[in-house]
Amino acid sequence: MVDALWGWPPPVLDPAGPYADSVTTLSWALMAMGVVVTAIVCIALWIALRGTGRLRRMLGGERAVWIGGVAFPGVVLTVLLVWGLTLTASLTRPITGDEMRIRVTGEMWWFRVEYLDPQGNVVLRDANEVRIPVGVPVVFELKSADVIHSFWVPHLSGKKDMIPGRTNLLRVEADRAGRFGGVCAEYCGGPHALMGFVAIAEDPAQWRTWFDERAARDAAPLPPAPASASASSATVAGTAQGRALFMDTGCAACHRVAGTEANGLAGPDLTLMGERATVGAGILPNHRGTLTGWIGDSQSIKPGNRMPSYDRLSAQELDAIAAWLERPQ
Amino acid sequence: MDAYRPENWRLFSAGPVALVAVLALVGGCKPPPDARGDSDATAEEKGLALIEATGCGACHEIPGVPWPRGRLGPSLEGFGDRGLIAGKLPKTPANLAAFIRNAPEVEPGSTMPRMPLNATEAADIAAYLLGMRDG
Repeated sequence: MVDALWGWPPPVLDPAGPYADSVTTLSWALMAMGVVVTAIVCIALWIALRGTGRLRRMLGGERAVWIGGVAFPGVVLTVLLVWGLTLTASLTRPITGDEMRIRVTGEMWWFRVEYLDPQGNVVLRDANEVRIPVGVPVVFELKSADVIHSFWVPHLSGKKDMIPGRTNLLRVEADRAGRFGGVCAEYCGGPHALMGFVAIAEDPAQWRTWFDERAARDAAPLPPAPASASASSATVAGTAQGRALFMDTGCAACHRVAGTEANGLAGPDLTLMGERATVGAGILPNHRGTLTGWIGDSQSIKPGNRMPSYDRLSAQELDAIAAWLERPQ
Repeated sequence: MDAYRPENWRLFSAGPVALVAVLALVGGCKPPPDARGDSDATAEEKGLALIEATGCGACHEIPGVPWPRGRLGPSLEGFGDRGLIAGKLPKTPANLAAFIRNAPEVEPGSTMPRMPLNATEAADIAAYLLGMRDG
């Protein structure tokens, strides 16, 4: 299940950054105000039905209308408006352009992720997972490749639509490390409800190490194909077979694995799949079992998704592909 | 005014009685798994939570797991009533737990890989699966 929608406290009430924090505070204040006003109305109703004659006369008088109907809402709503706008002013602070940028493109039914350098070139490709450093403002460039999607990480910010032909910008910042679920928040057809992703916020130094290592792998030239199944250990033979199957079965036509000849761009990038938190776009935990199940019969897990079920592969072939994806060599 | 005569009231009261009887019949067809198993109820509850967290449903249809209902592996509907584990192992909780944790070791050639579970977790899942009967 998409983690953005589960857990306690609910992710929308558990802010992990300044852009969600102010909205959550405002929500609590509005809910509290709602409770107070409902209580006042209930008390007035009780007085009107059961109160003593003197109280009922006071409630029905012109004074009560001026105080309760004009002065009270006027003052309270003005104070709330000023306070609310001040509280959320930082949400509309202009984007300066020197923030770290990550382009996220909504696709039916997954998220393409591209990390950009200051010049706007793609330096690292990933899918269904974004990693950001804690305490650093990040701007997401939100796009769509097909229909309207919406990008939402409830722990970090509000929703922002991903509209075909447009680039919407969303600034986000995490102030604590953690794994935060994200989800597509605009109905986009078929398995929309199974279109999620994960945002991982980590210590900046740790993030830098991860990023440099991945960016280097992403830019690396193609290594020669490894020696065939005659290689020494059984594991190496197994993964070499997985690689060959990945290329020959057609997986490489849609999926890219950096550093290999697999360069398909229609489906999610699968570079270092073993390090991802989830399988199937934020919906299943990632381990050999779920990965095997996904490759073998993704249609029963996420009906209508664009990857066919590969149920003509044998147990051993499925395992070889999964093993190679987890640790491509 | 006829409707207020006592002899006509019986007609009206027969409705709710029939409804209750039908509900009881339908409800009696398939009580939930945890109402039937004779094993430890808390282990079964933990087992179901673990099944969901591990994503066993990616390959198996499992009663109590609304999604996913994977079809790559066999359906585990009524597992407690079925024969041998993977068609060859005697159906004991210990065998099942061992199979869940590391299927390829117990049955070489199995599509089901080793699962990221410890022995207690596998035992809880086994308790849940063995508690499910066809009814």
